Amino acid sequence: MTPRATLPARCLLALALSAPAGLALAQSGDTSDGVGGKLLLTGGVTQVEGAAGGGLTPWAVIGGYGTRDQIGANAFYTRVDVDDYALDSYGVLVGFHDRVELSFSRQKFDTQAVGGALGLGNGFTFTQDTVGVKVRLFGDAVLEQDTWLPQVSVGAQYKRNDQAGVLAFVGARDDSGIDYYASATKLLLDKSLLLNGTLRLTKANQFGILGFGGDLNDDYEAQFEGSVAYLLSRNFAIGGEYRMKPDNLGIAEENDAWDVFVAWAPSKHVSLTLAYVDLGNIVIADNQRGLYASLQVGF
Amino acid sequence: MNKTKLLVLCCLLALAGAAFAQATPEEQAMLEEEARLAAEEAALDAAAERDPSAPDPAPAHPELRPVLEAFGGREGLDRLMDTFMAGLLADERMGPFFANADQERVKRQLAEQFCVILGGDCTYTGRDMKSSHAGLGIDRADFNRLVEVLQVAMDAHDVPFSAQNKLLAKLAPMHREVVTE
Repeated sequence: MTPRATLPARCLLALALSAPAGLALAQSGDTSDGVGGKLLLTGGVTQVEGAAGGGLTPWAVIGGYGTRDQIGANAFYTRVDVDDYALDSYGVLVGFHDRVELSFSRQKFDTQAVGGALGLGNGFTFTQDTVGVKVRLFGDAVLEQDTWLPQVSVGAQYKRNDQAGVLAFVGARDDSGIDYYASATKLLLDKSLLLNGTLRLTKANQFGILGFGGDLNDDYEAQFEGSVAYLLSRNFAIGGEYRMKPDNLGIAEENDAWDVFVAWAPSKHVSLTLAYVDLGNIVIADNQRGLYASLQVGF
Repeated sequence: MNKTKLLVLCCLLALAGAAFAQATPEEQAMLEEEARLAAEEAALDAAAERDPSAPDPAPAHPELRPVLEAFGGREGLDRLMDTFMAGLLADERMGPFFANADQERVKRQLAEQFCVILGGDCTYTGRDMKSSHAGLGIDRADFNRLVEVLQVAMDAHDVPFSAQNKLLAKLAPMHREVVTE
């Protein structure tokens, strides 16, 4: 087991490594051409499976800072360090004309000592690739401030896990799957509050890290995901998220996930998100809580 | 009848003109007062020129009066506009829109507009948002850039972020009239 004391230290190390790149980009300012015309932070950050949104859940916003006349793009690296596991996720996304978002990302889930306890070997790692697409159907979360109508998008995430054999052993029915979701996002500007609700149809176990479907259930289930963010300034937002997850595997209970976060965007080129996240029980290790750190660079 | 009236009016004006030719300080003050009235009348004319199909460019929100106080009242808005206009002129994207504009008038009318929206005792003398932006070729990125420059100006004047957003929430829907590209 990883000693608890080192978790913050490791996150700090990751941040220290990424900070110089972020600061260099931050200093280039946001007035030059080639920077998208969306307002700061209104493109969201990048969620763990690579879509624009919060940390855990996609939002209806199209990633990048491109307006309907522009193209935006960004890259992200996220490290989640909970008690007995670590997750690295990284990828890129492109937003086309504030209408379509394409994303590619990879999640590497390190079982650390739990892998050894399960006979898989210490540091046994599941790797999942996710291809995402999101389309904005209607609405503008930011500018339509005289109506309650939110921005609404639909999306899909195709995920493929590289450990088919282990997944079959734990009871998963498939090593790949597609999540379908609909998101509604609204900025209540006069309250400096952003709300998002996402409904996801999924079979994924632990985001897909433990495959898709299981001995208990192999049907799509609708799961709700919600985010609330309060804007402290143009550069800072704080908030929380909740993500329901199915419970398909008889071998281990799966719980919902939540986080509380602070996001900082010194410029449109860079944002840094720190969160305290609770992923619940994962296989034999209960109450998986820890730090989430995510760096995003783009335009 | 009308001709007679016109003639009398002309005579009066001629007399007045002769009198003003040697204006005393008192008369000078009267002249200034008249100029002010003329400006007000011109403003009313501008209001009359408003596109009836365009939404009210300055809908009053009396409940936002505390926000106006956070901006430092009308005087605060006037000071804000100096910073805002300087920011617009210095901005690569915004500068060209304002370089050849009557900047004093734009600043005054923006202060008036914000003041009315925030429930102040002001009169907006400008045109509606549709007529005043027609043909300028403004796109979304331009609109948002203006918001950003305004945010920087409001920060510089220590307007609390929540108060900034309460004003911006009322301005944001104007994108429908302002953005034409």
